[in-house]
Amino acid sequence: MAARRATKKLTASKTELLKYYRDMLLIRRFEEKAGQLYGMGLIGGFCHLYIGQEAVVVGLESVAMEGDKRITTYRDHGHMLACGMDANGVMAELTGRIGGYSKGKGGSMHMFSKERDFYGGHGIVGANVPLGAGLAFSDMYKGNKNVTFTYFGDGAANQGQVYETYNMAELWKLPVIFVIENNQYAMGTSVKRATKSSSFWERGTAFSIPGEQVDGMDVLAVRAAGQKAVKHCRAGKGPYILEIMTYRYRGHSMSDPAKYRTRDEVQKIREERDAIEQVRGRLLDAGATEAELKAIDKEIKDIVNASADFAKESPEPDPSDLWTDITIDA
Amino acid sequence: MATEILMPALSPTMEEGTLAKWLVKEGDSVSAGDIMAEIETDKATMEFEAVDDGIVGKILVAEGTEAVKVNTPIAVIVEEGESASDIKAPAAPVAAPEAGESSPTSEVMADARPAQPAVDRSPDYPDGTEMVSTTVRDALRDAIAEEMRADDTVFIMGEEVAEYQGAYKITQGILEEFGARRVIDTPITEHGFAGLGVGASWGGLKPIVEFMTWNFAMQAIDHIINSAAKTLYMSGGQMGSPIVFRGPNGAAARVAAQHSQDYAAWYASVPGLKVVQPFSAADAKGLLKTAIRDPNPVVFLENEILYGRAFDVPKLNDFTIPFGKARVWREGSDVTLVSWGIGMSHTLEAADELAKDGISAEVIDLRTLRPLDMATVIESVKKTNRCVTVEEAWPVASMSDHIGSEIMREAFDYLDAPVLKCTGKDVPMPYAANLERLALTSVKEVIDAVRTVTYR
Repeated sequence: MAARRATKKLTASKTELLKYYRDMLLIRRFEEKAGQLYGMGLIGGFCHLYIGQEAVVVGLESVAMEGDKRITTYRDHGHMLACGMDANGVMAELTGRIGGYSKGKGGSMHMFSKERDFYGGHGIVGANVPLGAGLAFSDMYKGNKNVTFTYFGDGAANQGQVYETYNMAELWKLPVIFVIENNQYAMGTSVKRATKSSSFWERGTAFSIPGEQVDGMDVLAVRAAGQKAVKHCRAGKGPYILEIMTYRYRGHSMSDPAKYRTRDEVQKIREERDAIEQVRGRLLDAGATEAELKAIDKEIKDIVNASADFAKESPEPDPSDLWTDITIDA
Repeated sequence: MATEILMPALSPTMEEGTLAKWLVKEGDSVSAGDIMAEIETDKATMEFEAVDDGIVGKILVAEGTEAVKVNTPIAVIVEEGESASDIKAPAAPVAAPEAGESSPTSEVMADARPAQPAVDRSPDYPDGTEMVSTTVRDALRDAIAEEMRADDTVFIMGEEVAEYQGAYKITQGILEEFGARRVIDTPITEHGFAGLGVGASWGGLKPIVEFMTWNFAMQAIDHIINSAAKTLYMSGGQMGSPIVFRGPNGAAARVAAQHSQDYAAWYASVPGLKVVQPFSAADAKGLLKTAIRDPNPVVFLENEILYGRAFDVPKLNDFTIPFGKARVWREGSDVTLVSWGIGMSHTLEAADELAKDGISAEVIDLRTLRPLDMATVIESVKKTNRCVTVEEAWPVASMSDHIGSEIMREAFDYLDAPVLKCTGKDVPMPYAANLERLALTSVKEVIDAVRTVTYR
């Protein structure tokens, strides 16, 4: 992959690899279950699955420290699980139940956890970019070393407010990492059909923001790039752009017939570049046994099944909740 | 364990579909993610993937079958060594709960709005308080400075707020006192800095975001509504946005269509926002201090023509005015005049003129539009039996329309005449001086409306 990619061999300990394997597998199995519950009519509206992109959030969470913040768009389930939010609460929000992170009032695209410093979950493409810069502004104002991971897609990368934000972020040296998850399709429009300037990280150079393109199917490549980015931000040098080349296996949303790409294209990436399979291979090389990995598979399956049960059993919000949480009493 | 595969819902509106084609046959092994079938929905043909690993034990619905209801079992997946007959009695289809089904009281609750507060006629400040003549401009600046002194998390950002001292000099001296960390000039980028402000409010700060005029905030309205107003609700109460958006609103003088719109009704329609439109300097100060302390997003609509106007402001260390409390400027018995913001100028002048002809007008300044003090208006209308509203915004879907409908609902039997409204005209603001005068409401229009409703 293109410019500035780290060339030195990437390694990680078996313990680290086991964690990444577990975290990525949790996202994949969770999303498969969400797709299933959607099919059963238990999840309504829009539901955007993260399957295929797991290495992006798991790689970056591995470099986050306490107090760091994250914010993303509507394809948000993976980000929530990766930052330690509870699978039950996420799944119950998907089914619109009181046990969900937003008490059933937000749904798939609008979930938050102040406790885990997860600031959404935003349905307006591009809007979370200045919001993320604002979170970073608050850390700079308070004078701490925290950074904000601001995730958005190749589609959002064409929104005007992204560049308004780049301009302010570099001007004020905000500790924000702009993470462009380039999964190559903005809904049904491929990058090629949306822009003649398809190297998104390079757009930062117009604002003097450094950045790089990263192989998003390799969790260790993501981690290495993340380490560089947080170091830059924590040193007070301002924002950093990571354009992470990734791929979503499923449709844009559950109701996407996906006629804009071939089944072979998807299948080829799944077979040759799958992030979880790569870590699995590395783990076996590092001496992990099939039995060890099977035990993780089982543990994850249990967590996901339990979350689905919780999400079915948790009651709907009380009708009186219609009128709560509109404003805070002053 | 054998598992039934159910006909999936593949769009938010799908109830049934055609099982167009099976891509697996009985006895095939499948892994999670393998395409099993093609299903035609009301919108498109979709591929349907396996969720679990296993073997296709039995296909229950043949390809080509139309109108297969969502959640009908269509196949059975078994594990190695099992047969399809291992599955127990067919599971009942899992139905999604219907909205409102869970409680018979749902519909009643859905119409049950929170109780409206009672009339509060307590004075804004104690009798005998020393008063100082102050312009609206200086009152706003004093409010900002006092709150910034009291709370380090309060900061102000916007175009020309720092070194230029404010495009309308509201922030005169603020940079000098508080420094560049808390008084921040932004590039001309309303959409971006409004969003940045909301993010900062989630990060524990209390931003004051100045728009050079509210007309420019149309570039930022997505963040005011989608990001600031809705997030508390969408987060189940976790994430408040303590932020103030402020600046001049409505017509100034001869600045034409793109710089002259009054946004009162637009923002007042949005649950999650608080909306303030002060007239006097005392209200501007007391309400802005309240706005900065409020844990919710506040839209604070000022007026350029009023900036230079002086009013008495109470000399108090910490003078605040609560939201949702109208002010009765003069008591009267023949008609209730309801206004706010610069509309109050026309209204008070009209009341003086009417008094000369023996018509006694009660004048109510709403001061805040959300929350809206309808209790004070209704109480007054029950006394005078007549009402005229006065505002500079456009007439269609205006605040006046809302107030009129509330009066009909709460005081219909008390009305002796229809509620009339004096508003801006239903045209973009013209530049020519004579046309601009015609486009705005006027003292004469208010007087004419009062004569109409009082039949005098």
